[in-house]
Amino acid sequence: MRPFAYERATDVRSAVAACVAGTADGAGAVYLGGGTNLVDLMRLGVVSPGVLVDITRLPFDEIEETAGGGLLIGAGVRNSDLAAHPLVRRRYPMLAQSVVAGASGQIRNMATVGGNLLQRTRCSYFQDVSKPCNKRVPGSGCPARKGDHRNLAVIGQSEACVATHPSDMAVPLAALGAVVHIAGPGGSRQVPMPGFHRLPGDAPERDTVLEPGDLVTAVEVPPLPFATRSRYRKVRDRASFAFAVVSVAAALDLEDGMVRDCRIALGGVAHIPWRAERAESALRGSPATEAAFAQAAAEELAGTTPLPHNAFKVPLARNVVVRTLLDLVEAP
Amino acid sequence: MNGEGNSGPVFADPITADILLSVNGDERPITVDTRETLLDTLREHLDLIGAKKGCDHGQCGACTVLVDGRRVKSCLTLTVTVDDREITTVEGLAVDGALHPMQAAFVERDAFQCGYCTPGQLCSAVAMVREVADGWPSAVTADVSGPAALDDDEIRERMSGNLCRCGAYVNIVAAIKQVGS
Ligand SMILES: Cc1cc2nc3c(=O)[nH]c(=O)nc-3n(C[C@H](O)[C@H](O)[C@H](O)COP(=O)(O)OP(=O)(O)OC[C@H]3O[C@@H](n4cnc5c(N)ncnc54)[C@H](O)[C@@H]3O)c2cc1C
Ligand code: SF4
Ligand code: FES
Ligand code: FES
Repeated sequence: MRPFAYERATDVRSAVAACVAGTADGAGAVYLGGGTNLVDLMRLGVVSPGVLVDITRLPFDEIEETAGGGLLIGAGVRNSDLAAHPLVRRRYPMLAQSVVAGASGQIRNMATVGGNLLQRTRCSYFQDVSKPCNKRVPGSGCPARKGDHRNLAVIGQSEACVATHPSDMAVPLAALGAVVHIAGPGGSRQVPMPGFHRLPGDAPERDTVLEPGDLVTAVEVPPLPFATRSRYRKVRDRASFAFAVVSVAAALDLEDGMVRDCRIALGGVAHIPWRAERAESALRGSPATEAAFAQAAAEELAGTTPLPHNAFKVPLARNVVVRTLLDLVEAP
Repeated sequence: MNGEGNSGPVFADPITADILLSVNGDERPITVDTRETLLDTLREHLDLIGAKKGCDHGQCGACTVLVDGRRVKSCLTLTVTVDDREITTVEGLAVDGALHPMQAAFVERDAFQCGYCTPGQLCSAVAMVREVADGWPSAVTADVSGPAALDDDEIRERMSGNLCRCGAYVNIVAAIKQVGS
């Protein structure tokens, strides 16, 4: 691992300044959250920053209620604390469920909300510095397209990159239209999800809309009363402690057997947490039946472009959407 | 993106930091390379070899220790980040020579074979029982808004970050259940 300087930020302004400054010789600085992804990638040689700016002592480790009945979740909140928070569990069960469906107890104690959103893909070529990879070394090629892509994207991918975003937590956040609060060298701004993450296009090295030095300070979850009827369902290769093959976050607003409103997002299928807007609009005003759910899922998935070894994800995603929605109809 | 790619070593020398590390109640001033993980500091510099290096990638749990009472993976924790935290390793679980109840239960229930994963299992289990007592939900908690019981399914799910190559899982679950109930 390349030697690096360590700076502990005490306020947002000095954190951003330290990150922008980098090192005198031009090596970049990066923020350090729980380190569960970053330290691993540094050890693998995938990233080699000259400075780590530790942001875990910044005062953004609280969850506050917003005026409208939503939540403002500090970027430094640990994943365990997010999942254990009474208001998260009561108002947004799918969010709490997604967090506890990810990683392990130890990792959730370390991982921060900001770091979780910004974790890098688990594509094996990205993590192997002996292999080409457009995301790691732009222009070097994408061996996954003809190689190992079983766990990679089936929708929205590009010629340059077919990686998936691995976060479970980001899936319900996309469904909820959460807003990412950012402090950067040029001031603060807010970016709603799913627009925070980027499709790979011809710049797969950029996972998100963040610019150098941008610090995520909080994630704001808007109020959504019907999200009390919501669920996160994750399909993986073993029962626990594995990334999603496919996952679904869904919330249903039912009235007299009809879908008044709904939110659906998919994980494990794209470079971003995939908001299923087509399925949502197909379902609004339709009967809450298995046939309608299957039809809505089919409309969403009509746009998929799977690769030879991950085509199974398309029927899997359809079935998981239908099952999750049916579970929500049957829920008390 | 910032800092990416292998531009090669620009700094010729390691960068160090002087910190005060509090482990099992002892405060020790040490100088660490900023790159050093807590696991390496404990094992290589403090002669605390209870925490084990299984994978060094956060995948096996053999390196689990407690930081301010919470279980973490010491292989992914940079030592320089925990200088004013309270660290507890398996060596610190026993009090005045008496085994911690979790250690006693592991012995009684035969919850290990080679023992390599055991220090991590113990630290993880001690903290996990507290997480359940604090009402934290897990992926198998049916109603995520309510409390969870410490049944076999919950124990298995909550301990999934600790692998055991010897497959002592059945007895590990029994030992934890004995302590937790
Ligand atoms: C063995 C293992 C299994 C896992 N399984 C799962 C799983 O099943 N599901 C899942 O969703 N995740 C899983 N994870 C990933 C885990 O959730 C992430 O590593 C974690 O959420 C990252 O958070 P962190 O705070 O540790 O981030 P860090 O590692 O500290 O940072 C990650 C990235 O985000 C940047 N960053 C961090 N905070 C900020 C901020 N506030 N503003 C700007 N940039 C920031 C860092 O510079 C870095 O690039 C697993 C990880 C491991 C090691
Ligand atoms: S899919 Fe993306 S991350 Fe994986 S090898 Fe191709 S370019 Fe790299
Ligand atoms: S050595 Fe830390 S998890 Fe395996
Ligand atoms: S007892 Fe041997 S690895 Fe668990």
